[in-house]
Amino acid sequence: MMSFWKRFSYNRGAVIGLVILALVVATAILAPILFPQSPWKMVQRPFLPPFTQDGLMLGTDALGRNVMAGLAHGAYVSLLVGLVSTIVALAIGVPVGAMAGYFAGRTDDALMRFTEFFQTIPSFALAIVLLAIFQPSLTFVIIAISIVSWPPVARLVRGEVLSLRTREFVEAATLSGLGNLQIITRHILPNALPPIIVLASLMVAQAILLESSLSFLGLGDPNIMSWGYMIGAARTVIRTAWWLSFLPGMAILLTVLALNLIGEGLNDALNPRLTRTSE
Amino acid sequence: MIRFIVGRLIKAVFILLAILVFNFLLIHAAPGDPAAVMAGEAGAADEKFLLDLRARFGLDQPLYMQLWLYIKGAVQLDLGYSFRQQMSVAEMIGDRLPATLLLTGVAFVLSLVLGVTAGVAASARQGSWGDTIISTLALLFYATPLFWVALMATLVFSVWLEWLPGFGYSTIGAGYTGMAHVLDVAKHLVLPASTLGLFFMAIYMRMTRASMLEVSRLDFVKTARAKGLKRGVIQRRHILRNALLPVITLAGLQAGQIFGGAILTETVFAWPGIGRLMFEAINQRDYNVILGVFYISAAMVLLFNLITDVVYVIVDPRIRLTT
Repeated sequence: MMSFWKRFSYNRGAVIGLVILALVVATAILAPILFPQSPWKMVQRPFLPPFTQDGLMLGTDALGRNVMAGLAHGAYVSLLVGLVSTIVALAIGVPVGAMAGYFAGRTDDALMRFTEFFQTIPSFALAIVLLAIFQPSLTFVIIAISIVSWPPVARLVRGEVLSLRTREFVEAATLSGLGNLQIITRHILPNALPPIIVLASLMVAQAILLESSLSFLGLGDPNIMSWGYMIGAARTVIRTAWWLSFLPGMAILLTVLALNLIGEGLNDALNPRLTRTSE
Repeated sequence: MIRFIVGRLIKAVFILLAILVFNFLLIHAAPGDPAAVMAGEAGAADEKFLLDLRARFGLDQPLYMQLWLYIKGAVQLDLGYSFRQQMSVAEMIGDRLPATLLLTGVAFVLSLVLGVTAGVAASARQGSWGDTIISTLALLFYATPLFWVALMATLVFSVWLEWLPGFGYSTIGAGYTGMAHVLDVAKHLVLPASTLGLFFMAIYMRMTRASMLEVSRLDFVKTARAKGLKRGVIQRRHILRNALLPVITLAGLQAGQIFGGAILTETVFAWPGIGRLMFEAINQRDYNVILGVFYISAAMVLLFNLITDVVYVIVDPRIRLTT
């Protein structure tokens, strides 16, 4: 554990990412306490510029809503969607990849064709189609994002499992009479964990980008304040109030950047062999 | 080679068929009457209109017949009718497709050329200031939401500096012809293509850099160096050629993503392509158009994948032709 932290913190970017992410998480958790009012509520005259009034640090938007409150509540939504959709994507991708890699042969063929299908079709368009046809709600946004983001997991897990399943400890487990399920879950997957963790951290980042793009297009949950929605709503007034688009965009950029940096740090820390060869 | 291409084509046809079945199921899974869904009039249309629609689209027939009719239509490029626009969907997409191909094509080439160049430059001086700057920029671009970059680019270059037009395909009412028209479109293309290309440029740059560094550690590069070849020659002829392979693979895989990005870029820049068409259709709940664009974009992506596969085989003759 100690050496993990040592290696992780050796990557300066990763530490910066961790600090930024901690701030975003804190904002998200504290949002209901700091801004107990609904972020949709009109609090002042519209288009109040930032830093002009106490209590409304970042001013108000085109409908007089508190921008800071919107950003804070948006942080919660972004992180929630990023995290939950990644978990769901892992829940689809890991079993598919593990089965394909472990059973090989026909199972592998069939599962990989299935994965390939989802990888070939334009994923963002697929997410749009799903959300346009079913009513956009937070649940459906998460489902749509998970559906388009599980294929890389399946491919990664399959590759890992393929290389692990011929190893001696797996043969030993087979000889000791363990079932396939137990061998996969107890012996193979734990060893495939490091690259999965790295990929997952990057997937959270991609999911946040995807969520913001969808709500920018007006396909988000209409009852939930999110960063993408804020930019979409401020788009038409960009000439007069550019900061209304700028601020939520910076929030997305910083959060996604932080997660990517953490992903790189995790990669250095968890796959030390890989790092040495690529430097 | 021909067998390889035919094999790939058969595979592509299967994927397209699967998408059609998927589209069909979606229409029927959508809340409300499929006729109402197709008409984009959920809840608002009167009974007689819906009955007419059902008869017209064969919705009164059993489900498998409907699926058959749907697929038969789509194969003949009959993608249904947009009741909102009073136009056939195929015609609408046909009108808009060239603009999207122009935008995505230019963005793709731009991102590949700039990304590979930057990646080579960064890897040549690993750890230097130049490398740090290029790598940091790539990291930033990779984390930036596409639609937001597009908005900010409009703000800076179009609203504040007034260097470039911020929306549209050409100057309305200017009536340019010949070279003047080409220049006018090119001017309108600069912002959309460069913002769309930015994200992918970051990906290709990172990939090229990593790949160059990896290849440069291989034995044949040591041999080349031992032979006394010039640094530049080794970089170009020995390392880059091999390092490009994973980049091409990745670029091929990314065709679908570029199209996804085009939906956002076209929306922001009012670029009259099929991405913008899809956005307009979302707002109007014009399902036939949404599904039609989805189908056509998948077909485009498959075609593009086929082309990259062929390029791949040409670049690297060692690749075994398996379908």
